Order: sequence, then structure tokens, then C-alpha cells
Amino acid sequence: MSKIVRYSGSDRMTHMVVALLFILAAVSGLAFFHPSLFFLSNVLGGGQLSRILHPFIGVAMFVLFVVLYFKFWHHNILNKNDRQWLKQIGDVIANHEERLPEVGRYNGGQKLLFWVMTLAMLLLVVTGFAFWRPYFASNFGIDTVRLAALVHAASAAVLIIGIIVHIYAAIWVKGTLGAMKTGYVSSAWARKHHPGWYKEVSGGK
Amino acid sequence: MATQALHVVARSATTMTPPADAANTVAVAKLIDISKCIGCKACQVACMEWNETRPEIGDNEGVYDNPRDLGAGAWTVMRFNELENEQGGIDWLIRKDGCMHCEEPGCMKACPSPGAIIKLSNGIIDFNSDNCIGCGYCVQGCPFNIPRISTKTNKATKCTLCSDRVTQGKDPACVSTCPTKALTFGPKEDQIKAAEERIKDLNGRGYQKAALYNPQGVGGTHVMYVLPHGDKPEQYNGLPANPSISPTVGLWKGIMKPVALIAMAAAVLTGVVHYAVKGPNKVEDDHDIKA
Repeated sequence: MSKIVRYSGSDRMTHMVVALLFILAAVSGLAFFHPSLFFLSNVLGGGQLSRILHPFIGVAMFVLFVVLYFKFWHHNILNKNDRQWLKQIGDVIANHEERLPEVGRYNGGQKLLFWVMTLAMLLLVVTGFAFWRPYFASNFGIDTVRLAALVHAASAAVLIIGIIVHIYAAIWVKGTLGAMKTGYVSSAWARKHHPGWYKEVSGGK
Repeated sequence: MATQALHVVARSATTMTPPADAANTVAVAKLIDISKCIGCKACQVACMEWNETRPEIGDNEGVYDNPRDLGAGAWTVMRFNELENEQGGIDWLIRKDGCMHCEEPGCMKACPSPGAIIKLSNGIIDFNSDNCIGCGYCVQGCPFNIPRISTKTNKATKCTLCSDRVTQGKDPACVSTCPTKALTFGPKEDQIKAAEERIKDLNGRGYQKAALYNPQGVGGTHVMYVLPHGDKPEQYNGLPANPSISPTVGLWKGIMKPVALIAMAAAVLTGVVHYAVKGPNKVEDDHDIKA
């Protein structure tokens, strides 16, 4: 069976670190978001330590996400096929891949998620500074701080739901987790899920 | 005042109702009669002595306000305002600023840490520093701009209405020391009656707009003012006319919490159901694929 390289070592390493930082930021953030989840603050050593660490983790996550962004943004421009793919989301969910238009390196869903995550990350880092105590919050007016907290929480909810979809898609579509771990996918996997990309890398075969 | 036990009737970031029996507790209130206040700052000194706080010595900025603002070491400050009135004279308006002890406190609504802010059955809102994580959400929640985060401890601070003294049947320290009885403390019901008497008196002495400040936007407060110019509370160094919890905070700490949480849970559940119903998406013509 032939294998194709889908992700380089640096792609995978950056992704894994962003993923780890995301989990820590999400867990500590959820603790502040809802009383029922406050117990999650124990993951980082209690409420106070969570409050101290959360913003630093968030900024680190953002910086590494920027690296991912510049690695992948040009693969994520939505084209006509992608829009058609998104319209046929019913066929996607029903596992009727044969009915879908040809998918390139990424499908319409992956591309859309990429931009949603990018926007959410950007909003999170910008609004986060506005209520980062004790360093930055005092530089902003109270209405700005209040709005920032609201937008921060909303963006975080969107990002977390986006990541749930992202993780589920990787579990659902077999052969995908291997790409994350080893960087390789099988030719058959590429032909089935990303035929347009397969043609490119295999030289039109 | 009868001695009251510390019955906690509400805690921050707590979905369950605390098991306090509040049935027989009398709601208390501090009444600040601005028409009797001479701006001597004895209340500030008494507050610092009782609570053992000391603000840092500041600079003279050409105003009477000292310290310049509330802080971890100053839970109450006198705010002075020289106002040119319609008759061409000067009104020297002095307001003792500090926590208003709202019936529906914005600080408690915003606080993410269970039990860092508690409400006692007598109406006092108190901060419990042991549980405070220093996030400053209470600052965002407060419609009166009261809580301050200590630069030394990173804990939120504010007036406790001397909850420790009140528990022992004493008046708050500021009330005990006030030389003109501009400050009084007692059952809220009695305080409202006393304020109404005082307002009648003020009406007869040319202050037709004198009024009680007990804003209903926050469910009423357990610190109330008698304002000689009751129609213009903002004149008293920005006392808000109709304070209420900001709609932004209301959205953030209200409907958004359950909606976002349900959406996240629904996303996970949808995945589980989809996997069970539609199954994994496998490459059929390849034998070497391992998930």
C-alpha cells in the first residue's frame, strides 16, 4: 500500500502544542464561565492559579496558532466546489461521498472551520487583553471591559464547539488521526476523501 | 439592632440555594443624610481603624477628596463637588461613597468563584477573600464602580457594612463615629420612615426636590441616601440616577451561560448519535488502513 505525506514534522508538532494549550485554556476558561464547571479550575491548581495562568496559556496558543495559520491559510480558500459541498452537507453526514463534488486538499467544511477558528482566536486574544488583571484591564473603560468579557465568552463557545466538530470529524473519518500522528495517509484514503489533492500529489494518475 | 447570626442567603457562582433560614431576619440599612453631612471624614477614619486598612499617603491635588479614590485601603471616601447653582451661588455637595449593598448585587452576578461573594439575610453583601480569585469580574458587574482589586493581594475589596460588628449587635464603625448623625443604621423599614420625615422637613426648608435614594433598578439598596437635590443624583459626584446591572453583564452571566453549555453538550451528543447511526467513514478498498 502506498503512502503519501500530508503533514510535515513541524506541522504536526505545532498542531499538537496548540491542541494541548487549547485544552488547558478551555478547561480553565470554562471554570470561570459556569459555576457547574468551576471544579475544572483544579486542573491548573485552583481558581486563583487558573486566573493567573489562563491568559498566558491563551496568548501562547494564539502565537502558535498564527504559525499554523501561515502554514495553511492558502490551502483554505473556498472555491465553487467547496460551496457546492457545503450545500450538500446532508450527503456528507449520510456518508454519501460519491455524490459530492471533487474535494481538494481540504473540503468545504474543513475550510469553513479554519476561518471560524481564525476569527474566534483573533477575537479571543484581542478581547482577552481588555480584562486581563492585574496588567491591562485598568487601561480600558468599564463598558469596553464588559463588552470584551461578553465577546470573549461567545468566541470561546464558538471555538470550543468548532473543536468538538474538528475532533469528531477526525474520529468519524478513519485514517485521519494517522495523518495527525505520523504525517502519512494512504493513497486510498486520499483518493476517497481528497481526490483533487490526490491527483495533484500523484501527478494526475 | 438585635444580634444577628451570619445567615448566608446567596453565594456567588452557586446554582443551589444555601440552606440559610432567613425567615426572621430583619433587613438592615445605613442611611446617609447628605443634608446633615459636614464632610469631616470621621467615617473614613473610623472605617480604617476598625477594618485595619491604611491607604497609601497620596498627593494634594487641590481638592478635598483624600484619598482621591476608593481602594483596598479605603472602603469609603468623601467625594466633594462645588456646584454653581441656578441662583448663582455655590452648592458644596459632599457624598460619602462606598458599597451600596444592593438587594440584587451585580458583583455577585458576575463573580465566577463560588462563595467569594455572599449575601446575608439582613441584606449585607460581603466579600470572602479566601474564595476570591482576583479576576475582577465584580468590578465589571457593579453599577456603582465600587470594588477595587488590591495591588498587594490581588483580592477584591469593599465595604462590608461592618458585618462583623452588626453580627454582634453594633452599628457599623462609620455610623458609630459620625458626629452629626448624618449616618444612622437600623432596620431598613425604620430607616425609610426616618428618611421620609427628614425629607418632609427639607421640603419645608426650600428643598422641594429632596428625595430618598433607594434605587429599584438593583432591587433597592441597604445603603440609602437622603439627597437634598433628589431630582439630580448625578450632581453628587456621578451617583447614577437609575442604576442597574449592565445589559452586557446580564447577557454574559445570564442567558449565555445555559445556552452555550447546552450547545457544547449538544455538539458532543450529536457526534455520539451520528457515530452510532451512520457509523465511521472507512476506506473500503484498502486493507491496511488503521484508525
